[in-house]
Amino acid sequence: MTIDPKIAPAVAGEEGVGRRDFLRAVAGFAGVTLAPGVMLYSYGAAARPLDEAVSGKVRWGMLVDVSRCQSDCDACVSACFKENGLSAVERPTTDAQWIRKVDIRDPQTGVTRSLPVMCQHCAEPPCVDVCPTGASFKRADGIVLVDKHICIGCRYCMMACPYKARSFVHETHTDQVEAAPRGKGTVEGCTMCVTRVDAGNVPACVEACATTGNGAIIFGDLNDPASEIAQRIRTYATSQIRSDLGVDPGVHYQNL
Amino acid sequence: MIGRAVRNGLAAAAFAAVTAVAVWPALAGDVPLPSPAKGKGEACVADTAFMRRNHMSMLVHQRDATMHEGIRTQQYSLKECISCHAVEGADAKPVSIESPDHFCRSCHDYAAVTIDCFDCHTSTPGGADKAAEADGAGADAVAQLSDYAKGLDR
Repeated sequence: MTIDPKIAPAVAGEEGVGRRDFLRAVAGFAGVTLAPGVMLYSYGAAARPLDEAVSGKVRWGMLVDVSRCQSDCDACVSACFKENGLSAVERPTTDAQWIRKVDIRDPQTGVTRSLPVMCQHCAEPPCVDVCPTGASFKRADGIVLVDKHICIGCRYCMMACPYKARSFVHETHTDQVEAAPRGKGTVEGCTMCVTRVDAGNVPACVEACATTGNGAIIFGDLNDPASEIAQRIRTYATSQIRSDLGVDPGVHYQNL
Repeated sequence: MIGRAVRNGLAAAAFAAVTAVAVWPALAGDVPLPSPAKGKGEACVADTAFMRRNHMSMLVHQRDATMHEGIRTQQYSLKECISCHAVEGADAKPVSIESPDHFCRSCHDYAAVTIDCFDCHTSTPGGADKAAEADGAGADAVAQLSDYAKGLDR
């Protein structure tokens, strides 16, 4: 397999708008594809009380149906940029990138796939193993985060991550959003929109994929046998990227 | 002996007088004291003297609880401090830490204590996301879907 990472632009390009127009035009089709995504808004687990600590009984995860993900769509990427106030400074090699679209092609068969790759929220995260200060940590509910208060910016985690999921903030920022503090000299990555999840919502990429994308990503509690994600993983053959590493990612892919 | 006692007494009196003269103008307002803006509402989450001494410990405690355990109570959160103590600038919008009038800065400048909270955190209520919301991109679609989801049984 040839992996050709494509850095998706911060704002939706013209193709994105055209595709949305197309989806609006075929409203019936849109209704069918949106329905499974919409169910996420009421994904059972009522929002945890504000004063209650996260519990290890829950493990948040995502399932990406790669057959639905289109190469020309970057709804998840632009939603992530907007939600977390990530501002690109036109330096593609170092600009923050919490989620990216990757196009892959099998040279033998010619089959192509397009899929989003973000922090895989591993059960055994290598970034946590190598962190010298304890800044990189896994929350009880499986979300892997960087505590930027104690991050020293050594970037060991960036080297340890098999998924290239972390970015380093090189510039001073003053345009942070309230829910996503980020500053120069620290490492950052997908937080699974932890403030949204704590409030009982789904991550921004999942919501964008359901509304303006192709409804390819679902989010839920992998430990809850009744959740849609657990049922789908039980029913269909799914895979984890680089499952040979034994890090047990929380992000699963279907039809990869 | 008596002479020495008198001398000591005089010295003490003189010292007291000098000190009084030195302190008096400060009380009279000749020395610039920080004047942080009053917050909204009746009272802060604790009394002023306690807040002056302990706000930093409270913030660190809340920070660890939020970051690592996902406890998002608002009362002692930085977000709530910034929201309640927002100071409006000339344009009627809350000033950022760039302005000397910012609530945190008004004291920290005076005490010469550098804080790095705002290297990462936004220093205005709502942060940049409030501005981003104003463009309304996709907001309609999300609202429609939310309404639809509310109508679902499960």
